[in-house]
Amino acid sequence: MKLTLKIWRQKNAQDKGGIVAYPIDGIEPDMSFLEMLDVLNEQLINKGEEPVAFDHDCREGICGMCSLFINGEAHGPDRGVTTCQLHMRMFKDGDTIFIEPFRAKAFPVIKDLVVDRSSFDRIQHAGGFISVNTSGNTIDANTIPINKDDADKSFDAAACIGCGACVATCKNSSAMLFVSAKVSQYALLPQGKVEATDRVLNMVHQMDLEGFGNCTNTGACEVECPKGISLENIARMNREYLAASLKG
Amino acid sequence: MALDSKIPKGPIADKWTDYKNHINLVNPANKRNLDIIVVGTGLAGGSAAATLAELGYNVKAFCFQDSPRRAHSIAAQGGINAAKNYKGDGDSVYRLFYDTVKGGDYRAREANVHRLAEVSANIIDQCVAQGVPLAREYGGLLDNRSFGGTLVSRTFYAQGQTGQQLLLGAYSAMNRQIGRGKIKMYNRHEMLDIVIVDGKARGIIARNLITGEIERHSAHAVVIGSGGYGNVFFLSTNAMGSNATAAWKIHKKGAFFANPCYTQIHPTCIPVSGDHQSKLTLMSESLRNDGRIWVPAKLEDAKAIREGKKKATDLSESERDYFLERRYPAFGNLVPRDVASRAAKERCDAGFGVNKTGEAVYLDFAAAIKRYGTEDAYVKGLDDKDVALVTKLGAAIVKSKYGNLFQMYYKIVDEDPYTTPMMIYPAVHYTMGGTWVDYNLMTTIPGCFSIGESNFSDHGANRLGASALMQGLADGYFVLPYTIGDYLAPDIKMGEISIDLPEFLEAEKAVKDQIEKFINNKGTHSVDYFHKKLGKIMWNKVGMARNAKGLAEAIEEIAALREEFYKDVKVPGSANEFNQELEKATRVADFLELGELFAKDALHRNESCGGHFREEYQTEEGEALRDDDNFAYVAAWEYKGKPSDAVLHKEPLNYENIKLVQRSYK
Repeated sequence: MKLTLKIWRQKNAQDKGGIVAYPIDGIEPDMSFLEMLDVLNEQLINKGEEPVAFDHDCREGICGMCSLFINGEAHGPDRGVTTCQLHMRMFKDGDTIFIEPFRAKAFPVIKDLVVDRSSFDRIQHAGGFISVNTSGNTIDANTIPINKDDADKSFDAAACIGCGACVATCKNSSAMLFVSAKVSQYALLPQGKVEATDRVLNMVHQMDLEGFGNCTNTGACEVECPKGISLENIARMNREYLAASLKG
Repeated sequence: MALDSKIPKGPIADKWTDYKNHINLVNPANKRNLDIIVVGTGLAGGSAAATLAELGYNVKAFCFQDSPRRAHSIAAQGGINAAKNYKGDGDSVYRLFYDTVKGGDYRAREANVHRLAEVSANIIDQCVAQGVPLAREYGGLLDNRSFGGTLVSRTFYAQGQTGQQLLLGAYSAMNRQIGRGKIKMYNRHEMLDIVIVDGKARGIIARNLITGEIERHSAHAVVIGSGGYGNVFFLSTNAMGSNATAAWKIHKKGAFFANPCYTQIHPTCIPVSGDHQSKLTLMSESLRNDGRIWVPAKLEDAKAIREGKKKATDLSESERDYFLERRYPAFGNLVPRDVASRAAKERCDAGFGVNKTGEAVYLDFAAAIKRYGTEDAYVKGLDDKDVALVTKLGAAIVKSKYGNLFQMYYKIVDEDPYTTPMMIYPAVHYTMGGTWVDYNLMTTIPGCFSIGESNFSDHGANRLGASALMQGLADGYFVLPYTIGDYLAPDIKMGEISIDLPEFLEAEKAVKDQIEKFINNKGTHSVDYFHKKLGKIMWNKVGMARNAKGLAEAIEEIAALREEFYKDVKVPGSANEFNQELEKATRVADFLELGELFAKDALHRNESCGGHFREEYQTEEGEALRDDDNFAYVAAWEYKGKPSDAVLHKEPLNYENIKLVQRSYK
């Protein structure tokens, strides 16, 4: 396959940045998208140019480190996968591919395609936990039976990998899907109910402080989420938030 | 220096409890005056950081990823073992202990393994209390499945994402402490050296990966939880950033490195597709609960399949060789990983491989889909003779168990595993070897601890499935937080340690010098060029089957490659910026030393055991042949300037509770 890559290059956070075009040849359909970028980088290094910086780690779709806005879509044209699991067989010989970083006020660019998502961590610091000591002196795990449907829904919400595709996709750069996934995971479990009020208020407060936008229910986040996190979680968080505010 | 493992006296079942009752404690007020550095935020590092902070210590935690939640523990799929005996199938602490020692081919330390088995049940309680959504049955109680090398169901799981859920549990515990200010988190930071003052670990030198700044950080103790060194093979199931630098740097400053040759080659990974391959993807061992492994029984069928003239589904039952079920009737497809990997390699070497490269075997779910479908049809009162219906129902059940794995396979290979068997082949996965630690998990550098995969202690020569998560969390939540107190007790009046001590400045300078050297080298080849070459040497000569000749060659080739690397590597960009090539260069420099010690260790161990298979030492049936008279010891290597000069220290392994026998899974 022969392709034209149009890649966002930005030296650092201060630099203005811009798109640079790179022709590339010899790409095989079985390569992953990131392996295609490896090939490009190897060529750039050999030519004495700076390779393209991009985040990636596990390359099996679970760590959430890889990002990339590819042809206008978070994690590219395939559904239900992260960029590292996107394969070149999704593209055609002769294609032009635009590759940009995830863009949001709360995700400033560090370099090229690498962005700073520490705002996500700070939201978790505000309440993404159950306040239980890690001493192991708890009760036997099976003394808390949990309805299987609730446990499964909680798991589905907990499957979020924190990649930020929802934010990058949203026209308002809202983090509602991300935050609601964590709120839902705990709200669905008896262990999480004790602190439910504080949790949702604190996490939403931090989300607003970080500069994420509001949710206008377009549902784009759900479509682009590589882990299929459901919009139901946003509805659940809204209910939790309303109840907590009234209690408040 | 004689190795002192500090194993407490007394009967094995009482050792840990008695020991905890008598070691020194630090009172809560004094813990506030003590700083601890934790490097790595996976299951071991993350759980340790959270627990130490909760106890009251000031913790500084470091990870190279952009968030602690991304450590590679996240990718563990299948499950976590615990001796809960919820299934009532005869499990107990003793059985978990026994299975782990046997699974490790009798090369693990008894006392550590018993402690691990003892605390295992508590891990599940802890995680459930933290809101980790482990799989449940319809009655609301926790579900279990079985894993290789055992005859009971003791594995807890969360679909195929158990590592993710457990890590996010530890991450949530960390977040609570970060929010309280008890953990100071350093994301995108990489430890590049340890600082030793008056013979004790007192800090680290780290690089801020965003700015390139070299930073000095002090503490009263340093904990390394940086994972394993599987990426010495370039291709492995590890993450791209997984590296041995923290572990190797402490080795160079005095921490002995134990059993580097004990590396686990995992039997069920997606085969290599071409030279562009950057990593290998694991398909969880849990799949062997329901998948049957086979190759064609006849060579001509295998050839026809490789040439695309036949498909797997064209072969009838009698034309298939379910080689694990044939060779190991008692354990069948659930033999331990080392045994399953070697059996697959043996068949492929004999010409029965089923993909283009001839290096793949089938993992087939047709029988499971039929079995589950028939059962479900019966339960629902439907026609269990309707093949299409049974297949549909069965596929839905298989999907509920392994859905994410099947999806991953489909995305990578572009074949539907519900209708055609998966193709799998062994790949480097986990390293049982690592920094030598005593019973307190302390290395041979006082004040420097090593936990999780980065130490060597619990898995012997082969790790059983679902035991890595157990060990990581046991070390971090329940073992280290006790033992580190015993070490720190005399330091309560010390006060903060200055980062302006000459030892800090000296270590900082050495790190800066190495970085400058790379940046100014102006060679002709990228870091990956050398890493791939190293990987090929390791895989071909230090891989699944090794022999003395190949190992001797590997040692020379690696040393030569290392020299070439320093002469000819090209690192673009500058030191004071975000520079991913520079990150790789410092990591590969360490792999190029570790690989040589790895081969040296493999060459000295004139026996086969677990993941270490020497072709010269096998039974007539091709099983690993141990030599307990001469090799029932831990090989702990002391650094002496270069890997080839490393000095061997032996810690004898005394088995007082389990009789050494030849491992049999027949």
